[in-house]
Amino acid sequence: MIRLKTPLTTEDVESLRAGDSVLLSGVVYTARDAAHARLARLLEEGRPLPIDIKGQVIYYVGPTPARPGQVIGSAGPTTAGRMDSYTPALLEAGLKGMIGKGLRSQEVRDAIVKHKAVYFAATGGAAALLAKCIVACEVAAYPDLGCEAIHRLEVRNLPLVVINDCAGGDFYRRV
Amino acid sequence: MRDIAADKITDGVRQACIEACRDLPDDVLDALKRSLEIEDSPATFCSAGTSCPRRTRGRDVLEQLIENARIAREEQMPICQDTGIVLVFVEIGQDAHVIGGDLTEAINEGVRQGYNEGYLRRSVVRHPLDRVNTGDNTPAVVYTEIVPGDHLKITVCPKGGGCENMSAAKMLTPAHGREGVNRFVVETVREAGPNPCPPVIVGVGLGGTLEKAALLSKKAILRKVGEPSPNPVDAELERELLEAVNETGVGPAGYGGRVTALAVHVESYPCHIASLPVAVTLQCHAARHRTFSI
Repeated sequence: MIRLKTPLTTEDVESLRAGDSVLLSGVVYTARDAAHARLARLLEEGRPLPIDIKGQVIYYVGPTPARPGQVIGSAGPTTAGRMDSYTPALLEAGLKGMIGKGLRSQEVRDAIVKHKAVYFAATGGAAALLAKCIVACEVAAYPDLGCEAIHRLEVRNLPLVVINDCAGGDFYRRV
Repeated sequence: MRDIAADKITDGVRQACIEACRDLPDDVLDALKRSLEIEDSPATFCSAGTSCPRRTRGRDVLEQLIENARIAREEQMPICQDTGIVLVFVEIGQDAHVIGGDLTEAINEGVRQGYNEGYLRRSVVRHPLDRVNTGDNTPAVVYTEIVPGDHLKITVCPKGGGCENMSAAKMLTPAHGREGVNRFVVETVREAGPNPCPPVIVGVGLGGTLEKAALLSKKAILRKVGEPSPNPVDAELERELLEAVNETGVGPAGYGGRVTALAVHVESYPCHIASLPVAVTLQCHAARHRTFSI
C-alpha cells in the first residue's frame, strides 16, 4: 500500500505503476461533465482557470447533498470516459492526477504518458464508504452547477488503484 | 370501482425513493456475499511481493461494496452518489379510480418530496441538449399497465446513469438465433468492461419489438437477484449466459476475475416472424427498487 499526499510531484507520479494500491490524502478538486466543459473553454480562449490545477488531482464526482452535520453526502466516482475529450488540455496545463472509474481513450492515455500524470480508480458504487475519507468540503467554483460545481475536498486515506501510469501501463487492459 | 387518493400515491413514492436509495435489498447483499466464495481474481500484493491468497483485488472490491451497504443502511446515506433518474412501473387495477389529483403528477410530487427530504442527488436535465437541471429530479419515467382488480401496485426504481449508458439494444434476425443473442449479450458486457461498475445484474429483453424488448430488459432487473425465470427456456438461457458473462474475465470493478455479473435475468415475449429483438439493461450492484400496493 502506497501513501501519497497531494499536490503530486513528477517524482510521485513516476513511482506509481498500474495495479498499485494507493491511499491518497490532501486536497482534491471535484469536476464532472459541466465543469469540464467550462474549464476546457477557458483553456481554449487562453483565459485563467478559477482554480490552479498545477500538480493537483481532479476527482470525477457529483456528491449527494450533505445532511445537516455531514461534511458531504455519498461521494463515489463517476465514469471517467465522459471527460476524455477535455482531459488532454487539462493535463497540458499541469493537472497531475485524476480519480474516476472506467476506461480512458487512447488520447488520454497518451497524454498521461506525455505529461507524466496518473489516472486512479476508486470503487464505483462504494459512495458511502468513500465519503468517510472526505474530511472537508467547500465550493471552489461554479456554484450555479449544484452537484456539478467544483468543490475543494480534503481527503484522508482515500483508497485508490492506479489504472493508467506515466509509463503507459494500463491496469484494465493487463488483467 | 375503488377510490385511491392521489396523496397516498405521492406518499408511497416519496418513501420508496428514500428507502430504495439507502437500503441495498437483502437479495443483492446475499448475492454479493455468495460471490466472495467464488471470486478468484489476481492476488493483491501485501508486502514486497508476497501475495495473500485470500486477499485479491476482486475480493477487496466485493468487500468494499458489502461494507458500503452496511454504512449506507446504518447512517442513512445513499448507497451510491448517483441516485438516478426514477423509473416508476404502475399496475393499475381496471376497477381502481384515482381521485384528488393526476396520477403522473402525484408520482412526480412523490419524487420531488423524496429527493428533497432524503438528501438525494438531482440528476435530471429538462432537455437532452440544453442540459438544464430540473432541480427536483423530476420528471420520473412512468410506465402504466392496466391489470385486473381494484388495486395499484407501484414499483419505484432509481436507475443510475453509469450502467444505463452501457446498456444496448439490437434488432437481430431469426437466423442469428440463440447464438446471436448470446453473442450480443456477452459482447455488451465485455465492451462495457469496468464502466457499469461490475458486478452487474444483466437484464435481457428478448422478443416483442424494439421498445418492448427494452422495456422487458428493465423489468428483468427488478426480479429478485438470481431467481430463475418461470419459463424453462428462458431459465436455461439465464444459466448459459451467466456462465458466459463470468468467463469474460472483467471481474469486480473491471479489475479482472470471475464475478462480472451476480445474475442474468431474461424476460421474453412473442415477436414478428421477421424479427429477433434483443435488449440488454445493465444494472450495477446498487440495484435499488421498492414495490408497494395501495
